[in-house]
Amino acid sequence: MVDHPSDSHTIARYESTGGYTQGKRALGLTRDELIEEIKMSGLLGRGGAAFPAGLKWSLLAPARPSYLVVNADESEPGTFKDRQLLERDPHQMIEGIIITSIANEVHHAFVYIRGEYSKPARRVQAAVDEAYAKGYLGKGIFGSDYVLEVTVHLGGGAYICGEETAMINSLEGKRGEPRLKPPYFPAAKGLYMMPTIVSNVETVSNLPHILAMGAGEFSGLTGNADTGTFMTSLSGHVNRPGNYELAHGITWRELIYDVGGGIPDGKGLKAWIPGGASAPWFVPEEHLDLEITKDATAAAGSMLGSGAVIVMDEDTCMVKAAERVIRFFAHESCGQCTPCREGTTWLEMILRRIEEGQGRAVDLDLLVDVSDGISIGLVWPPKMTTICPLGPSAVSPIIALRDYFRDEVDSHVSNGGCPYKTQTRETSEKTSEVDRPSDKDLMPSSERGSGGRPPEVAE
Amino acid sequence: MSEAKLVTVTINGVESQVPAGELLIKAAQDEGTYIPRFCWHQRMSPVGMCRMCLVEIETPRGPMMVTACTSPVSDGMVVDTESEEVKKAQEAILEFLLANHPLDCPVCDKGGECPLQDQALAYGPGESRFVEIKRSFEKPIPISELVLLDRERCILCALCTRFSEEISGDPLIEFQHRGNTTEVNTFPDLPFSSYFSGNTVQICPVGALTAKPYRFRARPWDLQKVESSSLQDTAHPRIEIHASQNEILRYTGVDNDATNHGWLSDKARFGYEYLRSDQRLTSPLVRRGGELVEVSWTEAIDTAANRLDLIKSEDGGEALAVIGGAQGTNEDAYAISKFARVALGSNNVDARLDDALASHFLSASVDRATIADIDDADTIVVWAPDLKEEHPTLYLRVRRAAQELGATLVVIHPRATGLDDRASHKLTYRPGGGYELLDELANGDHPEVSQAFAAEKVVALVGIASHADGPQLAESVAALVRQKAVHAKLMPLNSRANTYGALDMGLAPDLLPGRVGLDTIGCANLAASWGDIPAVIGRDTRQILQGLDSGEVRGLVLVGADPINDLPEPSIAVDALDAAEYVIAIDLFLNDSNRNADVILPASGFSEKEGTVTNVEGRVQKVNQIRPAPGQARTDWAILDDIATRMGVSLGLASAEGITKEIATVSPAYEDLTWDSLEWDHRDGIVVPIHGAQAINHIPVALQGSKAPTAKLTLHVARVMYDNGVRLQHSPSLHKLGPGAVAHLNPGDAPSIGARDGHTVKVVTTRGEGEFTCVLDEGTPTGVVYVPFNQQGASSLGSDPVVRVTTS
Repeated sequence: MVDHPSDSHTIARYESTGGYTQGKRALGLTRDELIEEIKMSGLLGRGGAAFPAGLKWSLLAPARPSYLVVNADESEPGTFKDRQLLERDPHQMIEGIIITSIANEVHHAFVYIRGEYSKPARRVQAAVDEAYAKGYLGKGIFGSDYVLEVTVHLGGGAYICGEETAMINSLEGKRGEPRLKPPYFPAAKGLYMMPTIVSNVETVSNLPHILAMGAGEFSGLTGNADTGTFMTSLSGHVNRPGNYELAHGITWRELIYDVGGGIPDGKGLKAWIPGGASAPWFVPEEHLDLEITKDATAAAGSMLGSGAVIVMDEDTCMVKAAERVIRFFAHESCGQCTPCREGTTWLEMILRRIEEGQGRAVDLDLLVDVSDGISIGLVWPPKMTTICPLGPSAVSPIIALRDYFRDEVDSHVSNGGCPYKTQTRETSEKTSEVDRPSDKDLMPSSERGSGGRPPEVAE
Repeated sequence: MSEAKLVTVTINGVESQVPAGELLIKAAQDEGTYIPRFCWHQRMSPVGMCRMCLVEIETPRGPMMVTACTSPVSDGMVVDTESEEVKKAQEAILEFLLANHPLDCPVCDKGGECPLQDQALAYGPGESRFVEIKRSFEKPIPISELVLLDRERCILCALCTRFSEEISGDPLIEFQHRGNTTEVNTFPDLPFSSYFSGNTVQICPVGALTAKPYRFRARPWDLQKVESSSLQDTAHPRIEIHASQNEILRYTGVDNDATNHGWLSDKARFGYEYLRSDQRLTSPLVRRGGELVEVSWTEAIDTAANRLDLIKSEDGGEALAVIGGAQGTNEDAYAISKFARVALGSNNVDARLDDALASHFLSASVDRATIADIDDADTIVVWAPDLKEEHPTLYLRVRRAAQELGATLVVIHPRATGLDDRASHKLTYRPGGGYELLDELANGDHPEVSQAFAAEKVVALVGIASHADGPQLAESVAALVRQKAVHAKLMPLNSRANTYGALDMGLAPDLLPGRVGLDTIGCANLAASWGDIPAVIGRDTRQILQGLDSGEVRGLVLVGADPINDLPEPSIAVDALDAAEYVIAIDLFLNDSNRNADVILPASGFSEKEGTVTNVEGRVQKVNQIRPAPGQARTDWAILDDIATRMGVSLGLASAEGITKEIATVSPAYEDLTWDSLEWDHRDGIVVPIHGAQAINHIPVALQGSKAPTAKLTLHVARVMYDNGVRLQHSPSLHKLGPGAVAHLNPGDAPSIGARDGHTVKVVTTRGEGEFTCVLDEGTPTGVVYVPFNQQGASSLGSDPVVRVTTS
């Protein structure tokens, strides 16, 4: 544990530890040099899709003006890492914005912050103001003639605006709905139909360190194909939930039991979601000793996604958990595509019916078949039969029910309701029912996760 | 059109050549493979929302599912629209769409013509496994005076919202909320008051949007249908008339490239109610002792013919005149033209009502633009009435050209118009001050506009933008455009139904059928068939009315005309009709102009007769009959043929088709037209050429004109879509949509006048005065008072632009 300085969000503190030296240095580097450095670092996007950052930059279409949009619309259930970066270290991100902008000839960058993140937004705006005052942003940054304006924008509270094209629509003042693909990348046509880099907060925040330590050292932080450190938000039934900065390559067992301190009350582990609510679920019998890397997770049929790990103990009702995750997606579906709009709500209704004791023997097959209509073929990664991946991601809990927890569904049906209802967690479940409209997270983990607990670096 | 590049695609194992870049859904359809869809429409940009058109294409990484509506074809593309995966997707989508859709098809207006019903049958799973509670909304809710919305039926295809935003430019309906609670709705306190709202009803793929005038009046399979062309829009958009038991129940737009792309203004779509009005004239009336009494046709014809004969024998044909003919078919107009010249011996005939451009200019301008030319134009100049108000089909076409096809649009008008938001350049001038602006343009004072004029392909739509501008201004504008632009094409505009057809049939004092002048070889040729034609150019409408007032003209035949309500200076018509010795009216209704006529003859109206009509670009189309005329009403041509016969002159008019044949014989431009070709090979019509061997060609010559008035306030009077015309008066659904007696003022002018929004102001001109409700409106420039023409409850103000506004 590291003590966190209370003024870490100020420019004075940031500069006292070498802040902004790399932003200034980047002014002296060419676009090609910067792209090469980031490519060599192997940095992958930290927003969920793990797209190589350097490659994204190199795909930027030649038309100008180009834009940078920093995706700070962190709303994947269980994910609260960006919140900490925004609140505690906004200048690190701003320096990353400066580096990205210089590399991509951007003169206007936007930070799109989740609507509910009022404190992070205030911190970021204050930091941007400080950077302007110092001449690090604005007209002629660091005494050069380079112009870089940064606009902080607060979203309206829609998860879908974390999807980059929906975010761009939202920034343009349109409905937050994902755009048709192609164009597949905003780097071709993005904000105002101009070339646009959209990057996650954590991705951008890595950049000053890559420039400072050099691509080689950054990629060497871990011994495998995934380079650098990554932040994970560990929540659910663990003794030490919170944000952790980890090197890739530890196992899930190490994460849950060593880093997270194991399951409270010595209970058994039933399942966990390895990369945010969109990701297919893992179970201890099959996945506990897998390495936490992009490739190993993908090979096992899931993804690291946004780095959110949600742990569920042996007393967790899988039907209820699935219902809660799917309710989130149904609530957040933008409504464009028929399968997602109609299908996710249908799944939610069936699950609730099962949970409330009205389940039928045919319902699990129906759940699977409805899911198959949303995500044709039920494969991972899903076939893109909808405009964006929200719908196909929403069916992940159903796959878990089908593959691992068929007996739990059956017992709900034969039992005439939830067999876990009698247990201790019933009270808190009911409380979360009351909050339903505004309760966007699977677990109230964002509060728990960053409540004064500093990031830790695993061994 | 240039030859499009072709690519080879294989659809379900069949190879074919299709235009490169075309969307797969369209290419497949043209090749005979229908891919089911809800949200795709060939006239709108794809949104890929319903996901019904998922198909499999082969890629290097194996088969991939894509939406056919968002995927352009590419060379070598291999497509499977019937694979197991595709069928599974189609079944899934239909089950999803039907999950929350009310399955009450028997009482749904769309039942029987419903894409959801049809595609559920063809591609659906045939059962629903949805046992949960369906989504519910309050239903239906009126979203405008004409349209109701049932959100439970809505499948969120975005056709209506896209139409309003992309096509008509009235983004008044939008999606609200998200996910499964998404709904289409209007904005609070802003109804869907679009002139084009009915189109959303037509394209709605379910029964979510219904039109008040039609809903629950029929089952689609009971409807009798015939194609025709609307006369409530000068472009004559193609329509299908749907009737049941001799009553017209609706018009729908027919998609064609030539005119309307399937769209109709609400006036053209719902403007049929007057036909079934119980106020229709159904038997001949003759005035006896000051009272109109019903008589037999024989007696009415005798009475009319005797009096016309008497006047003719006493004072010659110059003492007789005909006004009207713009509301009927070309065959009616031809009969009027022949009747006037041959039976009456008079060239005193005019289909225009003193509010139109010169006859030669309207009907015989060289380089006349077609509607399709608008699509190809580099620059479009609109110095004309607000197209959205008076020429809705052209409005949509010009809007599309500026928005989608990259044309530079120059709009010149005394106030805001519906096209301003798409205009590259907008010039506003003081009503009556058009010539000063014209001088400035001629001198190059507006370089950006001059630059636009200098483009390769220029199309200019010219007309009377304000009653304060004389009709000659439009000719001067045309002359300027011809001077500045290398390849200018002109579209002179006139707003009355079939004016172009009427002029082509010679319903002007200086024109004979086939755009033939009185002193041309064409006249001599016509005389060979008609007999003697009076040599002297006759009187136009204003001169006829002045002649009636002075007594030089003694007898008037009004054919479907109401000069008192249509003339910019109604007092001329009021005085003339008061003074007129003898008036015969042929009409559908009594109106202010024919109420005191001596003989009133009931006429058959639109959809009650067959014939041809000619639109703004010279396109001749066939209009058809679907119902009998009420009572004893007859066609104009048959009535006139009878009167002529009783006058001892045989016009030889025996059938509408016979008249079309006669027109083809005597009028060179029309020589190729037959009913057969219009009904089979050319349902969208044929543009008749301006260059007939015997026809005149009109080349506009620049004119100097009047100066703008120097008064503090100037009056701008212009027509709007819904006025107080007799047909609209008898169309209850539309009549209430007119703005009424309103006077628009710029908010900046309000304080000095003391005017307040919604309060009464008094508007006074040299020609009239009246009380109007004040509308404060940024679209009306400072110093201008804008008053919509011919509104219910509004006094006429005449066309003198000098105006005073007071609050007392």
